[in-house]
Amino acid sequence: MNAASQTGTNAFLARFEGLRERLPGNRAIREGAAAAFRASGLPTIRDEAWKYTSLRSIAEASFHEPLTALASGSDLLGRLPVLDGPRLVFVDGRFRDDLSVLPAAVAVENFAANPDFGALARPDREPLVALNTMLVEDGAVIAVAEGTDAGLLQLISLGTDAPGRPVAFHPRHTVALGKGARLTLLEMSAGEGTYLHNPVAEMQVGEDAVLTHLRLQDESPSAYHLSTLYAQIAYRGTYDSFALILGGRVTRTEVHARLSGEHGATHLNGAQLLCGVQHADFTTVVSHDAPCCASRQTVKNVLSGQSRGVFQGKIEVARGAQKTDGYQMNQALLLSPDAEIDSKPQLEIYADDVKCSHGATVGELDPNQLFYLRSRGVPEAEARALLVRAFLTEALDAVGDEEVRGVLDDAVEGWWEKQAA
Amino acid sequence: MLEIRGLTAAIEDKPILKGIDLTVPQGEVHAIMGPNGSGKSTLSYVLSGREDYEVEGSVTFDGLDLLSMEPEDRASAGLFLAFQYPVELPGVGNANFMRTALNAIRRKRGEPELDAVQFLKLARAETKRLSMPDDFLKRNVNVGFSGGEKKRNEVLQMAILRPKLAILDETDSGLDIDALRIVAEGVNALRGPDFTAVVITHYQRLLDHIVPDRVHVMADGRFVRSGGPELAHELEAKGYARLTAEAA
Repeated sequence: MNAASQTGTNAFLARFEGLRERLPGNRAIREGAAAAFRASGLPTIRDEAWKYTSLRSIAEASFHEPLTALASGSDLLGRLPVLDGPRLVFVDGRFRDDLSVLPAAVAVENFAANPDFGALARPDREPLVALNTMLVEDGAVIAVAEGTDAGLLQLISLGTDAPGRPVAFHPRHTVALGKGARLTLLEMSAGEGTYLHNPVAEMQVGEDAVLTHLRLQDESPSAYHLSTLYAQIAYRGTYDSFALILGGRVTRTEVHARLSGEHGATHLNGAQLLCGVQHADFTTVVSHDAPCCASRQTVKNVLSGQSRGVFQGKIEVARGAQKTDGYQMNQALLLSPDAEIDSKPQLEIYADDVKCSHGATVGELDPNQLFYLRSRGVPEAEARALLVRAFLTEALDAVGDEEVRGVLDDAVEGWWEKQAA
Repeated sequence: MLEIRGLTAAIEDKPILKGIDLTVPQGEVHAIMGPNGSGKSTLSYVLSGREDYEVEGSVTFDGLDLLSMEPEDRASAGLFLAFQYPVELPGVGNANFMRTALNAIRRKRGEPELDAVQFLKLARAETKRLSMPDDFLKRNVNVGFSGGEKKRNEVLQMAILRPKLAILDETDSGLDIDALRIVAEGVNALRGPDFTAVVITHYQRLLDHIVPDRVHVMADGRFVRSGGPELAHELEAKGYARLTAEAA
């Protein structure tokens, strides 16, 4: 821990001291998390898992408790491509009944009323998860009963700040799918000003269940978004995810997926579109604990300006997890000489009958493709735009749900128009 | 239509074109033949504006100083290159690609753009005429296309973009006899007083289907013989080595 990290750590611990009597749920869990956070502190680039992502600006910022949200947030909702149908809306990490539309087919509670810390999160290992566990106030507790096809549910987070008074919020979401259940979860986040959004989510995918999880992260340009997600996939279950990362100043999308039953599958796909001085880190750990499971990851980065993308992908194959099929691909398109990508694939294999592969490509636009388009009359700027979109189209092809695909296509289009402006 | 004077081109100080002079009057089809490595493809790239070469000399196209123009401006002025190795564009739909190109050219010329419906009507008529399957327009540009399909896709683009001058770079290579006939018919359908073409080929067989007005033989970066269509037959009979030796 350096001095800045210590200052930031102490500020969060002081917050906990002030709030501990009023926070909901099991005190021992929170005290344990506080002890872990005190010991580790906010990560620095000396920590192996945070080598490429500095949290210095977060440590140096002074975050406040969110003010009681009044009517705020409702205008922010208009910034997101919200679909018709059920939605759970959180403003500054607190559930907003007035902005939400409750689903019929899904049992929903909020964490404030039913504090469920889940079973997968590891505050002892992940400092940001310890921070969340220590300070969480609210979140969504979602359960889909056995055999139920729950359709689409939107989980929306809006962040606000009073000028000069950045806030931090640490929502905790849990999603559990019973045997054979299905759910498409569309998670979207946006906001205004400077704030820290530090959510932790747990996804329990039961036997033969299918959870499709799509994320659109479009936080305010000066916001911090550090999310940690844990998924556990039972026998023949599927956790299929795609995250489109557009917003935030410094962000990290960290996913731990554990294939704990045979014939489970997980897809951790994503795309990061960055410009200016944005920094976005996509970190995954896939644990193949059971035999005959498949994991697929394709993460694409489009980096312009002085932006920096990070991909860290680890595949762990346990002893006995034979017939594992793991695939990981990280591709980056650098649109400016000042953009940077750091890519770190890791395979840890303790079984002998497995198929695991990973690859990474980094490049500029292909000059042959550019020339081909120009030779057909397409001006250079338009040709470049077409090729970048093509690169992203390939990533988005992983999204099967047409309605959600439309949302993500529009978001990419909006991002691109902002670039061209 | 096309006037080339003293054209030289080098790549990394290695000369490839060593002084080309060529006049192609409007409405004519000229064939350029020559062995591999004689500079035929380089000539086509230099004319279409590829930046990899150091170029000297002059090229006048339809009254314009071609060498000073960007590739996209050459295209909107009416120049088209059918690539020897068409480029794959993963993630770009063929119809979208061609409509983008056609509308870019139309915009430059001050003509109204075509909407998707108008374009598809035009494109479907052309695919049908070139005996291409319906899914041709839906697929990604050249991705997963066979060699013959790629070449037919070049001819399809030419038919849609309607250039004044087309350069076909070994459009016959890799084609079976049926595909060759389709490609040739595609070119012949465009022939007329407003269509000029330079057909680059290694073999005489394409020229049985597209009968040229003039044939030029290239060797080592220069033209060594020019003549009527009969020159192609002479070349076929004697081979490049003897013909170039005779010319030297």
